[in-house]
Amino acid sequence: MNPNEFDVIIIGGGITGAGTQRDCAMRGLRTLLVDRSDIATGATGRNHGLLHSGARYAVNDPESAAECIRENMILRRVAAHCIDESDGLFVTLPEDDLDYQKSFVQACRDAGIRADIIDPDLARRLEPAVNPDIIGAVRVPDCSVDPFRLCAANMLDAKLHGGQVRLQTEVTGIIKEGNTVKGIRTHNRNTGEDLDFYAPIVVNASGVWGQEIAQMAGVKVGMFPAKGSLLIFAHRVNNMVINRCRKPSNADILVPGDTVCIVGTTSSRIPLEECRNVAVTPDEVTLLITEGIKLAPRLSSTRILRAYAGVRPLVSADDDPSGRNISRGIVCLDHETRDGIKGFITITGGKLTSYRLMAEMATDMVCKKLGIDKACETAITPLPGSEEGSYEEVAKKIWENPTVAQKAAAARMGSRVARIRSGDRRDEALICECEQVSMGEINAAIDRLEASTLTDLRRRTRVGMGTCQGEFCACRAAGLLAKAHGCIEKERADIDFFLQERWKGNFPIGWGDTLREAEYTQWVYKHVLGI
Amino acid sequence: MDNGIKFQEYTESTYNFEECTKCTVCTAFCPVLQVNPLYPGPKQAGPDGERLRLRDPNFFDESLKYCLNCKRCEVWCPSEVKVADLIQSARLQYDTTPPKLRDRLLASTDFMGKLARPVAPVVNAVTGLPLAKTAMDVMLKIDRHRTFPKYSASSFEFWLKRRRKEQAVFSEQVAYYHGCYVNYNYPQLGKDLVKVLNALGVGVQLLDGEKCCGIALISNRLTKEATKNAKHNVSVLSKAVESGLKVVTTSSTCTLTLREEYPSLLGVDNSAVKDSILMATRYIYEKLEQGAKLPFRADFHKRVAYHTPCHMQRLGWGIFSEKLLRMIPGLELTVLDSACCGISGTYGFKKENYETSQAIGEQLFSQLRAIQPEVVACDCETCKWQIEMSTGFPVMNPISLLAEALC
Repeated sequence: MNPNEFDVIIIGGGITGAGTQRDCAMRGLRTLLVDRSDIATGATGRNHGLLHSGARYAVNDPESAAECIRENMILRRVAAHCIDESDGLFVTLPEDDLDYQKSFVQACRDAGIRADIIDPDLARRLEPAVNPDIIGAVRVPDCSVDPFRLCAANMLDAKLHGGQVRLQTEVTGIIKEGNTVKGIRTHNRNTGEDLDFYAPIVVNASGVWGQEIAQMAGVKVGMFPAKGSLLIFAHRVNNMVINRCRKPSNADILVPGDTVCIVGTTSSRIPLEECRNVAVTPDEVTLLITEGIKLAPRLSSTRILRAYAGVRPLVSADDDPSGRNISRGIVCLDHETRDGIKGFITITGGKLTSYRLMAEMATDMVCKKLGIDKACETAITPLPGSEEGSYEEVAKKIWENPTVAQKAAAARMGSRVARIRSGDRRDEALICECEQVSMGEINAAIDRLEASTLTDLRRRTRVGMGTCQGEFCACRAAGLLAKAHGCIEKERADIDFFLQERWKGNFPIGWGDTLREAEYTQWVYKHVLGI
Repeated sequence: MDNGIKFQEYTESTYNFEECTKCTVCTAFCPVLQVNPLYPGPKQAGPDGERLRLRDPNFFDESLKYCLNCKRCEVWCPSEVKVADLIQSARLQYDTTPPKLRDRLLASTDFMGKLARPVAPVVNAVTGLPLAKTAMDVMLKIDRHRTFPKYSASSFEFWLKRRRKEQAVFSEQVAYYHGCYVNYNYPQLGKDLVKVLNALGVGVQLLDGEKCCGIALISNRLTKEATKNAKHNVSVLSKAVESGLKVVTTSSTCTLTLREEYPSLLGVDNSAVKDSILMATRYIYEKLEQGAKLPFRADFHKRVAYHTPCHMQRLGWGIFSEKLLRMIPGLELTVLDSACCGISGTYGFKKENYETSQAIGEQLFSQLRAIQPEVVACDCETCKWQIEMSTGFPVMNPISLLAEALC
C-alpha cells in the first residue's frame, strides 16, 4: 500500500476536523488530517470555552438548542476531563424584560433543557459574583470546556486508531480527475517539502477557510465570517456560567474556565481576507468591560489578562448584517449531489458543543460513499483521558499524596496523567509555575501530542497561559523543545514569536498590573537574557 | 472617554495577589524553602496557589503548614502582595482537618499560664525532667530538645496592680499590653519597662483585662478562639485609647498581631486603636529624640549583638530598638545580618518541624558563634528561647538592657 494513500483525508485541525478524523479512524478507515498550522488555531481555540446547554439558542433556534443539550450530556460522559460541570445562570437585570424569562424557560423545556427558575437570593448565594441587582434567575446545565484539550484528545485518539496527523501542512491544491476529487497537494511550512496525498474522499473541515478550500475543488461555499472579541480576566470571579436572560447580544456571557474567566463576545462581520489577522479594537474592549460589569460588578476592578478575537465560521444564508441571527446549525454538504463534484464533503457551521455530532454526520456520509456499514461509537467511547473519575481520584490513584502540580496535571490530562509519572524527580520540576505545568507534562506533549513550538505547547498544556504570560516558563519550555529538536537557533526565534504573540493579547488591555508584568517580562528577556 | 477606550481605574484582589509580577524575590528570601524541599515556597503557596484555589478548593496544599509566617516574603515583595497573609488565610479557610490536641495545648498560652502559675515550681521542675520531655515527645510530638519557658509563681498583673497608686502619681501615663510571656513566665521584663518609663516620668497602667493576642491560636488554625480574643482585646484597647493613652508593648509578635493580623486574617476592625499601639522601644526612642533624658550609669559595659525579629522587621521598627541601644553609654553594639531564628512561636516546638527550625536558625547561630557577644538583644520571646537553647548565649529584651544601664 502506498504510504501517501488513505481512505479519507480531512483538511483542518480544528475540533470538527479532529472529531471527524477520530470518528473515521474508529470506524476502521485509514485517515490523514492536515492543517496549515496547529490544532485548534481557528474558531476552536478562540471562543468562550462554553459547553452550551442550548439555552442561549432555545428561543431563536430550537433545533440547535435541542442538539446542544443532547451533545452536552454526551460530552459530559465521553470528554469528562475536558469539562467543568459548573452549571449556568440566566439572569434578568432591572433593565431587562422579565417577561422574556417566561418564554425563555418554555423554549428551553420544549428543547429538552432543564431550566429552573430560582429565587434571585438563591442565585446570589450560588454565585456570589453575580450582579446583586438581578430581578430574576434561571438555572441551566451550562458547562465550561477546554477546547484545546478536547481537540488534542480527539487527535490523540485518532492516532491511537492508526490515524496520521500532519501539522504545519498547507493545502495548495485539490487533485481532481474530471469531476472526481482524488487527493490534495500540500506544502510543509516547516520543511518546505511538497507532497501529494490521495484518498477517495476529502473532507473540508477548515472552518472559515472552507470557502478557499472549496474554491480549489471548484465548488462554492459562501462563508459569513463574524468576528467575536473576548476578554480574559486573570482569575476566576465566578464558578457558574453567567448569561443575560434576553435576546442574545454583545458581551452577555461570563464563563469560568480553568484558572480564569472569560467575558464575550462581540459580533461583527469582517471580510474573509482579514480572518487570519483579527485584532481587538478599543471600542470592543470598552463594550466588553461595560457590559461585563453588568453580569458581575467585580469585573470592573479585576485584572484583565488578555484580549483576543476569533472568527465564527458561519455559513451565509440571509442578509443579517451582524451574523447574530444566523443559524448556528450544522451544514454538511455532499458536493456530489450539490455540485456534481465526487469525493468531496464540506462540514461546517455548527459550534464547539456540537462538534461530535458534526463529526458523526460527516463520517456517516464518508462511510456511505465508501460502502462501509459501521455504527458511530463516539457517543459512548470516552476520549483518552476521560476513562476514569474526577481528577482528584485520578491523582490519588497514581500518587499517594499528590502535589498541587500533580493535581493540576490530572485536571488537564485526566487518566492520561499516569504517563507522566516516572521515577525521575526531574520530571516533577515545574516549567510553568502559574499553571503548575511540570517538565514531565511538557515532555509528554512534545512526544505524544505533536507539539513543536511554544505556542503548540501552550495549547496542549496551558504553559504560558497564566498571569506571567511566559515570563518564566517560555525560556524553560524552550529549553526542552531545543533539547527535543536538537536545535537552539530555532528556539530563539520561537521564544521571540511566542512573546510577541503574548504581547499581542496584552496590548489591547495594556494597563495596570498586566502592563507592569509585561514590562518586567521585557526586562527579563531583553536585558537579562538578551533576546 | 475621549480616546475611545474604557480603562479600569484600579484593580484589586485578595491580599493584592494579582499584583504579583512573579519576580520570585520572595522565593529567594524564604527561610523555609532553603531548608525544606517539601514547602512549595511563598510565590507558589501564595499568589500562584490562590488562582488555583479560587478555581477549586481541592487545590489547597497541605504543605502550606510549613510556612513560618515570618513575613519575610512581604518585607521583600516589591509589589506589596501580602504573601504570608494569603498563605495563612488559605490555611484558615481551606484546611479542614481538626487541630491536634498538641496544637491546642501549645496555642493556649493564656489558659496554660493560668493553670500553671499556682503550682509553678512543680510544673517547672516536671517540664524540665528528661522523662517528661521524652513523654511529651512520644505522646504529644513536642520535640524533646525543647524546654518550656519557666512559669513564674506570681504574675506581672498582680505585681503592677499592687503598685497602682505609685504609678498614678506620674503626670504622663501609658497603658502596657504585656502579653502572656511577661505575665506568666517572665514578669521581670514588665518590671524593667516600668523602671525605664518611670525614669522618664511616665506611669504605667494595665489594660482592663487583656487576653492573649492570639497569634498561636491563628497559626494553629483555632480561628474561633483567636477571633474571640481579638474582639476582646480591641475593646479593652479602645477603652484605653479613648481615654487618651498610648499603648506600649514589649513583644514584636504580639504587636504585629494586634496591629496587622486582626483586620487582615481575622476580619476584626482595629482601625480605632492600631496607630496607638507602639513597641516600647519606639515610644522611648521618640521621647529621647524629643529631648527627654535618662539617668545612665557610668560603669555600664556590655558587648551586645542585636537580632531583629522577623515580625519587628515586618513592622519596620527594628531601627528603633537598634538606635535606642546605641544611645546606651558603654554598650558595644553589633547589629546582626537579618536572618530568621527558625522557631516561629509554636512551630519549632513541634517534633516534625524541629530539624527545619534548627536548619533555618543556623545562619543566625553561626553569626553569634563568630561574634561571641556577652548578650544577645532581641524584642521577641520565642527568638530568645531559640537562641538560648541553640547557642547558649543569654538573650535580653532591649528594654531590660536599658533598665540595667540606668542608675
